[in-house]
Amino acid sequence: METKELTCINCPMGCLLTVEMDGDEIRDISGYTCPRGKTYAEKEVTNPTRVVTSTVKVVGGRKDRVACKTQYDIPKDKIGAVMEAINAAQAQAPVVIGEVLIADVAGTGVDVVATAHAV
Amino acid sequence: MNKVDIVIVGGGPAGLAAAVAAYDDGAKNILILERDEQLGGILNQCIHNGFGLHTFKEELTGPEYADRFIRQVSERKIPYLLNTMVMEISPDRVVTAMNREDGMFQIEAKAVILAMGCRERPRGALNIPGYRPAGIFSAGTAQRLVNIEGYMPGKEVVILGSGDIGLIMARRMTLEGAKVKLVAELMPYSGGLKRNIVQCLDDFDIPLRLSHTVVDIEGKEHITAVTIAEVGADRKPIKGTEERYTCDTLLLSCGLIPENELSTAAGVQLNPVTNGPVVNESLETNIEGVFACGNVLHVHDLVDYVSEEAAKAGVTASRYARGEQNDDSGREIAVKAEGGVRYTVPVTVRPDHVEDQLTIRFRVGDVYKDSYVSVYFDDTRVRHQKKRILAPGEMEQVVILKKQLDETPDLKTITVKIEP
Ligand SMILES: Cc1cc2nc3c(=O)[nH]c(=O)nc-3n(C[C@H](O)[C@H](O)[C@H](O)COP(=O)(O)OP(=O)(O)OC[C@H]3O[C@@H](n4cnc5c(N)ncnc54)[C@H](O)[C@@H]3O)c2cc1C
Ligand code: SF4
Repeated sequence: METKELTCINCPMGCLLTVEMDGDEIRDISGYTCPRGKTYAEKEVTNPTRVVTSTVKVVGGRKDRVACKTQYDIPKDKIGAVMEAINAAQAQAPVVIGEVLIADVAGTGVDVVATAHAV
Repeated sequence: MNKVDIVIVGGGPAGLAAAVAAYDDGAKNILILERDEQLGGILNQCIHNGFGLHTFKEELTGPEYADRFIRQVSERKIPYLLNTMVMEISPDRVVTAMNREDGMFQIEAKAVILAMGCRERPRGALNIPGYRPAGIFSAGTAQRLVNIEGYMPGKEVVILGSGDIGLIMARRMTLEGAKVKLVAELMPYSGGLKRNIVQCLDDFDIPLRLSHTVVDIEGKEHITAVTIAEVGADRKPIKGTEERYTCDTLLLSCGLIPENELSTAAGVQLNPVTNGPVVNESLETNIEGVFACGNVLHVHDLVDYVSEEAAKAGVTASRYARGEQNDDSGREIAVKAEGGVRYTVPVTVRPDHVEDQLTIRFRVGDVYKDSYVSVYFDDTRVRHQKKRILAPGEMEQVVILKKQLDETPDLKTITVKIEP
């Protein structure tokens, strides 16, 4: 049996959640004040995901960097690999908002898109 | 002299939303003045996501949120000038500005909307003893360096202050390969959002030390180490709790203050608690025809509320410019902050000028659990609303219906307070 401690981020209460795990199986979740906390804990211990935001180097324009994000959330343990791909990438100016900068980043099936314009 | 209906000072989210709302209310002769080379304000450097959940029901990054409003401004062909710094606003609303092409010029405005945003507290106010070597940055400056200029200030980082910008930068610099050793917070609670503590610190195992501060900074030319100590209830360092951390960068995330030099010079009266203008229900300052919204009025943590508030200022300014908002003969009610409530916006209300409802925004000075937000009409309690949690980092609001105001013709004071 393993115990994991989490903080629910869904509202300012920030309830401390305790999850009892047996291998990959959830045995018990406690500490939540409302159902959203339970759902959050289930997702966090089985499949935690995040949207990664950063900047990509731009060449041939006035700006050196353009802001970017993974279009959807990616598995948390892929953050490092995604950052490596972002840091290795380069975009050609002009870049428009929403443009795909890296397709299927780090094998996640998710694209990295520009979140700003760069001219 | 050039004449316009409404001059908007600042092209951040507040200025943009005010412009769009004023235009849609019928004001067509609007001019936005922005000192930066692009519209969007501080959002351009806030590349993280989490913006716009209320307004657009999706999580946008700062530049994406700004882009939505910039597009609305372009669709309406609302004129704006970039790289244009407003130098002075006179009490009779003559705006003096300057840029490369036109040099110094003046515009006569029927109404002026102040939307200059805020800046970070200067570090002098921090009272850290010792040298001031290189390598000390405000969190917002570091954010601009990393996100706009693509320059990393350092590799080993200590952050003082747990406001949202500091937390966001802890994650940002970690992702860029720096080692963030800890975040120290003087207060016994964090000023940042829970979500940021979890996703910016916990995700990367960065410790948050509450009730801790920096007591010493080492390094002659460049910072080499800091010493952190625990503080007691009096916020003074406790002897024997010192710990030394080597670092090449110290980020200070110690809060924001509204940028009101222009306003004060124009004679606008400020609230000493918020450092923003004192306004009435129409977000009009004590200078007739001068309105304020966004971070220049009071520091917001959610940009959605900035847009909402600014839209209100846009509409009231547009009406003023048409000559509709100018009757001051009706009654005026004071709004007071008491018992845990630090301030309210607005501070006066003219019921004649309230449309359907009045939104009073406020902040509390401490963390309150299972308490009540109460509203009093003079001595009568008219609202008693239970809140599981109230925290200084989260802006709160109460809504009062115009009907309630009309039903109380002798009302002198509305008081908002926290009760156990
Ligand atoms: C660093 C930081 C991080 C934030 N992170 C978040 C977040 O994660 N989520 C969220 O919802 N909110 C966040 N916020 C809050 C939100 O972004 C701000 O509340 C919002 O940007 C405020 O809008 P504003 O238009 O009032 O000010 P600003 O965006 O600061 O815009 C003010 C504009 O006025 C211009 N200006 C100032 N003086 C003059 C002058 N004299 N002449 C001409 N132009 C002038 C400035 O150049 C600027 O463009 C953050 C705020 C900051 C400061
Ligand atoms: S469990 Fe419910 S009450 Fe507790 S922090 Fe999460 S959302 Fe808020």
